[in-house]
Amino acid sequence: MVAWPAVTATAKAADTVKLGMVAELSGAGAPSGTNWRDGAKLAVSEVNAAGGILGKKVEMSEYDTQTDPQVSRALVQKAIDEGVIAIIGTVYSGSTMVNMLVAKQNSIPQFVGSEAPAIVEKGNPFVYRTSSGAQKGVPALTPFFKDTLKAKKVGVAWVNNEFGKGGRTVFLEEMKKAGIEVVADVASEQAQTDYAADVAKLKSANPDAVFVYMNQEESARFLIEAKKQALAMPLVGEVTLTEAKVIELAGGAANGAIAHVGVTATATQVPGIAAFAKSFEETFKRKPTHDAIKGYVGVWATKYVTDLVGKTDGEAFSQKMRGLCLKAADYPKILLDTCWDDRGEMSRPSFMVQVKDGSPVVIGTVPAN
Amino acid sequence: MSQFLQVLLSGLATGAVYALVAIGFTLVWQAAQTVNFAQGEFVMIPAFFVLIGMNWLGLSFWIALLFGLIISVLVLGLAFKKLIVEPILPHGGITLIIATMALGILLKESAKEFYGAEAQPFPAMFPGDPINVFGAVVSLRDLMNLGISLGIVVLLTLFLNRSRTGRCMQATAQNPGVAEILGVDVKRMVLYTFLINAALAALASFLITPVYLAKFSNGETLGLIAFIAAIVGGFNQIRGALVGGLLIGVLDNLTATYVTAQYRAALPLVLLIVIILVRPQGIMGTSEGRTV
Repeated sequence: MVAWPAVTATAKAADTVKLGMVAELSGAGAPSGTNWRDGAKLAVSEVNAAGGILGKKVEMSEYDTQTDPQVSRALVQKAIDEGVIAIIGTVYSGSTMVNMLVAKQNSIPQFVGSEAPAIVEKGNPFVYRTSSGAQKGVPALTPFFKDTLKAKKVGVAWVNNEFGKGGRTVFLEEMKKAGIEVVADVASEQAQTDYAADVAKLKSANPDAVFVYMNQEESARFLIEAKKQALAMPLVGEVTLTEAKVIELAGGAANGAIAHVGVTATATQVPGIAAFAKSFEETFKRKPTHDAIKGYVGVWATKYVTDLVGKTDGEAFSQKMRGLCLKAADYPKILLDTCWDDRGEMSRPSFMVQVKDGSPVVIGTVPAN
Repeated sequence: MSQFLQVLLSGLATGAVYALVAIGFTLVWQAAQTVNFAQGEFVMIPAFFVLIGMNWLGLSFWIALLFGLIISVLVLGLAFKKLIVEPILPHGGITLIIATMALGILLKESAKEFYGAEAQPFPAMFPGDPINVFGAVVSLRDLMNLGISLGIVVLLTLFLNRSRTGRCMQATAQNPGVAEILGVDVKRMVLYTFLINAALAALASFLITPVYLAKFSNGETLGLIAFIAAIVGGFNQIRGALVGGLLIGVLDNLTATYVTAQYRAALPLVLLIVIILVRPQGIMGTSEGRTV
């Protein structure tokens, strides 16, 4: 009699695989984390409808890091203790830098939404990006500054966290190589509310264009202040600046902003992205951001690679990921032809986007680099 | 020069809103001899009342503002006094201070649970169109924020000094026992103070949220800065709250522009330490005698 519940539980466990969704569901990173979570949730429901992973139903537990790196580290450990086969998260680079060591120690694959270059430079064989890092994304902007905008001097406004520092470092190197002078280098703090001084400094330096590298809320507040002070030069960002949430928060102040984005829900000319965007809007009654796509791709990549490996084994998963390319024709939910190198860095085609009349519009594509 | 003017005007506009919040600290101190550590959350919450009015009840923006103001006065003024201050105050000021801290956490977490952790856009009362002022570009919204805040301080000062009700409120603040003997309805005067504080907090919320965006955690920053502004200016003087708020707003922007942006968050604390060392009663404050 006593053994019956245990047998049932064991049988149930054998029929399921667990994923640990560790993300910024509150705190400064909540806009990124909640979209990441919802993209992942959508993917889990689709994976289950398609037969699950290795024929087993997927269960995904949610862990809120509160945008605190130390909390994220503890939660990754908690998720692993609870038997997950992969970690889906985190988005903020400062958290990933801390928690990816825990996943590595336990040989658990981890798909992250973080873009700081340092994440894949640490030589962690268990961490994989779901979008290109800043060292791939930011250089894609260089031809735009040099050839399209014909900029001779630029300004950079960046958020002083791991994400911002990574992007700013790559940008400064790129501008140096391109022979473009950086005349204003303005750092702001995470969760900063008043951007009057930052914009005034940029305005005073009078660059031909400004590179804006901040998280969502900060980007929105910056755009609002930039409009208030009539900052006339083009504002160009990487990833976040033209995101749906930023546009929603900044309203009309977002019009004209340009960004290079690894993947965008507005690229509806790609059938997989169009289907994802439609499904996400129907499910969550809002437009998806690039973080939602990243969370979605993270779960589907976990399914595809685990099925390819044929068992839930972190070491085997890691071996399979090195140099792996998944073609959208064969693995449609990966959305675009995608490759990972031996450090977990991702390569795939990307897009240039501009906000026009309150909507992000694709103005060009950038080949995989 | 235009950059200096730009930063100065922007700092004044932000500082004026800090001042409105700081006045709340002063008023509650005068009415109940306590510090309301939920004051920042008192400014965060009214924006959500307006969003509820607009998005859930389908009210137009201006009607939703009125709705938000009324609900704020009822919840953050009347209910705060009746349900928290009155029952707890007899147990001592420290108990009440702790209760306001708990209230702040409750309001913050409630906003997060009820409306989500993400920031929400909030419409502005005035257009953000740029206006050129001697080479500096400021928005009409900033000028209106500054004008409204200064106007409210002037009106409040006139009300307290020139009207019969205002003088009764001042008498109650200075010595409730004597005021009662002189025929002042002390309970009513204290109630007025809490209602005015709630209305000011709501107004500050409506002015600053278009820039800060509506978010459950806004009160943390606002409450701390306004608290410091009230101490720097003089905790027992409304004019002091104004001076403290403007000073912090301007110094914050000047420091970020001409010194460093990385330590701007520390500036109010440095200012606080300097003022406490040099002039403990604050710039405009008056020393309060104490019998031992």
